[in-house]
Amino acid sequence: MIVINIEKKMRTYKGYEQLKVDSWLPANSITKISGPSGAGKTTLLKIIGGLILPEKGKVSFDGQLWLDTGQKFVLPPQKRNIGFVFQHYALFPNMTVLQHLQYATNDAAWIDRLLHFGKLETLVKHKPEFLSGGQQQRLAILRALAIKPRLLLMDEPFSALDYDMRSELIRDLYSIIKELDASCIIVSHNPNEIEHMATHHIKIGY
Amino acid sequence: MDWSPIWLTLKLAAATTAILLLIGLPLAYWLSKGRSFIKIILDALIAMPLVLPPSVLGFYLLLAFSPQHGIGHWLQHNLNIQFVFSFPGLVLASVIYSLPFMIGPIKSALQQLPLSLSQASYTLGKSEFETFRRVLLPNIRPSLLTAIVLTFAHTLGEFGVVLMIGGNIPNVTRVASIAIYDAVENMDYASANNYSLVLFSLTFIIVIAVFIFNKHSAKSPLE
Repeated sequence: MIVINIEKKMRTYKGYEQLKVDSWLPANSITKISGPSGAGKTTLLKIIGGLILPEKGKVSFDGQLWLDTGQKFVLPPQKRNIGFVFQHYALFPNMTVLQHLQYATNDAAWIDRLLHFGKLETLVKHKPEFLSGGQQQRLAILRALAIKPRLLLMDEPFSALDYDMRSELIRDLYSIIKELDASCIIVSHNPNEIEHMATHHIKIGY
Repeated sequence: MDWSPIWLTLKLAAATTAILLLIGLPLAYWLSKGRSFIKIILDALIAMPLVLPPSVLGFYLLLAFSPQHGIGHWLQHNLNIQFVFSFPGLVLASVIYSLPFMIGPIKSALQQLPLSLSQASYTLGKSEFETFRRVLLPNIRPSLLTAIVLTFAHTLGEFGVVLMIGGNIPNVTRVASIAIYDAVENMDYASANNYSLVLFSLTFIIVIAVFIFNKHSAKSPLE
């Protein structure tokens, strides 16, 4: 179970706004986060991932405390076993497709499976600058999956994919998440994108 | 032509660059992360040699490390180390004087990298050190090379600060720039020309090499 109870002051173009989230999500759930631009969707995802600290709050995952500002306790992101797909991919310009996955894991069989899943087998020696937007986005998803995460955090993960590729990837991703016994939180703008796959929904900024 | 000032200059530039690389990488990394009052003060101190007359820096170093005063006195009597009028003194002065040339390009390149690169690496379980070594450092390679070359080339041309702390002792502190000044003082224009030509050629070759190496990243060594 994921428990999120946080407050974060955010600077926006309209001045300061307060992001307040109080939710709990069952284990193995797939949760969609939606809200208008600037509402704090990415900020919330990064707080759960331990990449940003809120002023106040608690986050725990499967009974393990990840954050408690009252106790001044923060579990570093390295110890959370989370896969994070960044909105702008955050791929490493110095690494090839294969090196990205090898940086994350030593499991060669798992890497082969991921490459097949992301349809990047023929591009293993390519660096990000030589990949299309869709290929870069798929690599970002594969890299996040490479560590076999307990929790997958995805920020607009399908925005650069065409309709066919998106449907196929979402279907395969669903089965991988189930196989890994993982939970997943997805930020999405598209109202229909993951509707059939999401079990829970957090709306912020409305 | 007496080549010893040239060899001494190269030795000084190599030692200074190596020491500054060791100091500069962690310092630039620390300075590139966030802002605090201490970092602003330190940034200003590091930049001082860019605007300060070298003789001012040399004068204070001479005072500080003179065997008659403070640190210099303590070093001489307790560790038997003398910085004034010695090669280690030249290295120390050069390290301080060339510090902004090493720190500047590295810090600025690290600040230009998206924060999400480090964050992505952390979520993959990698430590801050491993992230620095395998993600950040390879992605600032052109700037790192620029910093190394600028530091080396700048040390080749140092004059005021090395003259103040090192003087003009043949084979010990008489570097090429001082040998040129000395030759001109003695009306020996042929020697001055020889040393100048060697320094000019060396610096030109180094800068050209960096331009060629960095041509794919479309950056001038001065960026």
